[in-house]
Amino acid sequence: MKRFVVPLGAFALLVIVLAVGIFNAPRNGSKVIVSPLLGKPAPAFTLPKLIDVGQQLDAGVLRGGWHLVNIWGTWCGECRAEHETLLQIKREGRVPIVGIDWKDDDAAATTWLSQLGNPYETVAADRDGRVAIDWGVYGAPESFLVDPRGIVVEKQTGGMTMEDWQKKFLPHLGTGSAAGSKAGA
Amino acid sequence: MRSSASTRRRWFARLTLAAAAVAWATASLAVDNTPPLPDPAMQQRYLGLTHEFRCMQCQNEALADSNVSLAGDLRMQVHDLLLAGKTDDQIRDYMVARYGEFILFRPRMNLHNAWLWAAPGVLLLAGLGIAVRVMKQRARLPIDDEEPPDTPPRA
Repeated sequence: MKRFVVPLGAFALLVIVLAVGIFNAPRNGSKVIVSPLLGKPAPAFTLPKLIDVGQQLDAGVLRGGWHLVNIWGTWCGECRAEHETLLQIKREGRVPIVGIDWKDDDAAATTWLSQLGNPYETVAADRDGRVAIDWGVYGAPESFLVDPRGIVVEKQTGGMTMEDWQKKFLPHLGTGSAAGSKAGA
Repeated sequence: MRSSASTRRRWFARLTLAAAAVAWATASLAVDNTPPLPDPAMQQRYLGLTHEFRCMQCQNEALADSNVSLAGDLRMQVHDLLLAGKTDDQIRDYMVARYGEFILFRPRMNLHNAWLWAAPGVLLLAGLGIAVRVMKQRARLPIDDEEPPDTPPRA
């Protein structure tokens, strides 16, 4: 009997290691990748504003209040599906949304916002996609929650639903009232 | 009958040739339209790097082989970083800082995966240890599997 202790123990250990691996594996394949940006300062950028032509938007607007940074484009189908959620978040009024229009046609983007409604406090145009690279974006839409110190605390890859917003993002904000912002449109 | 068979064979040969030509032509249609780097050594490094980064949108393709728009942007970024005089390791760090270790097809050793690298060596040593112990134990056993002395000789 004693001679089985070591092999059985080794086998049990192997089963445990494999079980932990299987149960910790990401669901639905490995599509969602944890962003290395979480817990780090939001990448700096200076981009032209989409609507207020001639003005620049600087990453400095993200300081001093909570912000949701949303990367989108009119060429992106899922962004259209997500749009209603963004409008709802805007109506909720707790966090201003800063849009980064990724590799898009300015005119198409402006039309999109005037037809579907504009959930953004301000929108910047990342025409050559360099800023999206700094944010580690690989599939629009992507949304980042940035805290008042300018640290990225949460990320959504792909379209956001109200459920995602309430379960993943809102808990970060605590129970305080509307987060202030000085970004200006 | 015979002539029709040879005609068929000739047609088959022509078709094969045509298919080969089409295949060759598509293979030579490059996905990568980033302008080449001025220095051949640098271009070589560019090719090496773009083949070792993953395309984040089509995750089993290398940056070099993907025609997704983001892959094109990232190739351009590698191109520009090389021109700016960055080393290969600096460019790898640049990509990992943005997209995570997942962008590397060849994962680097770190604290989280060190056990994975060590495991084969540790297991080999453990196996050797067990083998040596078993052999020593066996060597101490009396030899009792010899044929009994009263067995009649074989024919």
